[in-house]
Amino acid sequence: MDFYIPPEYEVVRTADLCIGCRVCERQCANEVHKFDKDLGKMIADSSKCVNCHRCVSLCPTHALKIVKSDDTYKLNYNWSMQTMNEVYRQANSGGVLLSSMGNPTEAPIYFNKILVNASQVTNPPIDPLREPMETVVYLGKKDVDIQRDEKGRLIDNLPPQLKLTTPIMFSAMSYGSISYNAHESLARAAEELGIYYNTGEGGLHQDFYKYGKNTIVQVASGRFGVHEQYLKTAAAIEIKMGQGAKPGIGGHLPGMKISDDVSKTRMIPKGVDAISPAPHHDIYSIEDLRQLIFSLKEATAYKKPVIVKVAAVHNVAAIASGIARSGADIIAIDGYRGGTGAAPTRIRDNVGIPIELALAQVDERLRQEGIRDSVSIVVGGSIHSSSDVVKAIALGADACYIATAAVMALGCHLCRSCHIGKCNWGIATQRPDLVKRLNPDVGSKRLVNLVHAWTHEIQEMMGGMGINSIEALRGNRLMLRGVGLNETELKILGIHHAGESM
Amino acid sequence: MKRIYVNEQWCLGCHLCEYECIFANSGLDEMFKLKGKTGNYIPRIKVEGDDSSLIHFAVNCRHCTNAICVQSCIAGALSKDEYGVVTINKDKCVGCFTCVLVCPFGAIMPAPDGKAAQKCALCTDNAMGEPNCVKHCPNNAIVYEERD
Repeated sequence: MDFYIPPEYEVVRTADLCIGCRVCERQCANEVHKFDKDLGKMIADSSKCVNCHRCVSLCPTHALKIVKSDDTYKLNYNWSMQTMNEVYRQANSGGVLLSSMGNPTEAPIYFNKILVNASQVTNPPIDPLREPMETVVYLGKKDVDIQRDEKGRLIDNLPPQLKLTTPIMFSAMSYGSISYNAHESLARAAEELGIYYNTGEGGLHQDFYKYGKNTIVQVASGRFGVHEQYLKTAAAIEIKMGQGAKPGIGGHLPGMKISDDVSKTRMIPKGVDAISPAPHHDIYSIEDLRQLIFSLKEATAYKKPVIVKVAAVHNVAAIASGIARSGADIIAIDGYRGGTGAAPTRIRDNVGIPIELALAQVDERLRQEGIRDSVSIVVGGSIHSSSDVVKAIALGADACYIATAAVMALGCHLCRSCHIGKCNWGIATQRPDLVKRLNPDVGSKRLVNLVHAWTHEIQEMMGGMGINSIEALRGNRLMLRGVGLNETELKILGIHHAGESM
Repeated sequence: MKRIYVNEQWCLGCHLCEYECIFANSGLDEMFKLKGKTGNYIPRIKVEGDDSSLIHFAVNCRHCTNAICVQSCIAGALSKDEYGVVTINKDKCVGCFTCVLVCPFGAIMPAPDGKAAQKCALCTDNAMGEPNCVKHCPNNAIVYEERD
């Protein structure tokens, strides 16, 4: 027998404000709201609510709110209500707990314990509204020998580079885990912004080949949708070795999300679960990785940079060193707070390390070994704001990947129920009636707004530091100070404590 | 002229436009004051397709170039203004509802009092200033724009 588990949140309707328009009822795919004929009014079943706030957002009279339920078991510091409920759920079902989006636990957010410097008196700040402020970044391998022809002219032997107008890209989210309209929004925004979005491991829908110049295509362990044209259309190719939300495990897209189009794009049967293995079955060493990198380069005539994406794990610095030597042009590192469309809860919340620490160590290690310029570093895994971008770059990143913030721009309210497939915002779903809720005209505009806003803020912060080029900020850890961090944390981050001077 | 257009690809059938229309034409200053009174009004925009339909689209007056309603009005209550907006003068309307019968879009309907017809005038006849259904459509399915 299943125990009844009380809902964590309750839908509260202010009766005086509700005009009974039933928009909440029509917009809730979880069927929380309904008009009760017997009572002649709207009622809500909170036990079905995932707290996505679709109804709250659309209610024209703001009659709805969702509150944390005050129903509680006997308070227990050792056994929180959530932990107890998870035990009950597993005793009910016998299954592995699934979660979506990033790790929501209280583990430290190091970005929030890092402060940025500003110029005073001796080195004046720069006003970005009056003076040029360069945010363009080139990603790729840069440490080539200078060669000249017989007339002494420079030979352009620079390997392929990705040019970004601002150090922000949309990170990998597969078609299948997110909807057609979400992908179109990302693709159109990337094109307008002069940056890149990433297909994730689900292949590239035929309709989006036209955005190829702004597309990074992913080759993951499942090899879904990988073919010659897919590789040739893209601006860069990313080999996904791991994901911050679930390091060490593969992916599992439930069959109900494999619609006709998803099946065609992924080149797999319709309605059958799509399983990405935990490892690439042809990669068990850096040498094997090198083979795949050069296979992909060979297939694309050495015209496209290859990115290798790994999750931030304990020995990430050594791994990154191996990747840098394997011929990759760019290393992408995904921190333990990175998002996902579905991951086992225990893995998401307990495996991996914070991106700030991983990044600092990778940058440090590559510098020590004199190979930092062999690769660019892109980091993701909960970049919350423009100040996180600035801090990441000062810690040594070339650019940042954002995805959680990007889907939030599309409407996501972090209800963390992507794995259920009934996203009321039309993002993490393949149900046609829900997918149409995300109009890419609106979605792409909101993404462009977000990245523009962040870019302005990055320029403001750079100007404050007296820096007029993002290149001059990269790895400039003297611009950072820690607050409330212990000696070990400061040492790993390679920064001084606030109050300490040079 | 600028007209209201609906793209059925993006219309969710949420019916918000109908309530925003009612509010715009109610003269009330707050929408929640419609509580218990929504039945007293009839929206001038109507979403076609029931809740189980795969396709929905909102329909309101097309402001036809050769408006058959204007031609059919026996009382001279319907007319096209200088901008091309088809408007109704309630004081002249005799409630014969010929316009209701001839409108090919079903965009004119008897007003709730049953004595005159009512129709969308692009919110030029209320305090909104711009079409309220367009302003509040959550998915940009309803747009107000110039087309050929």
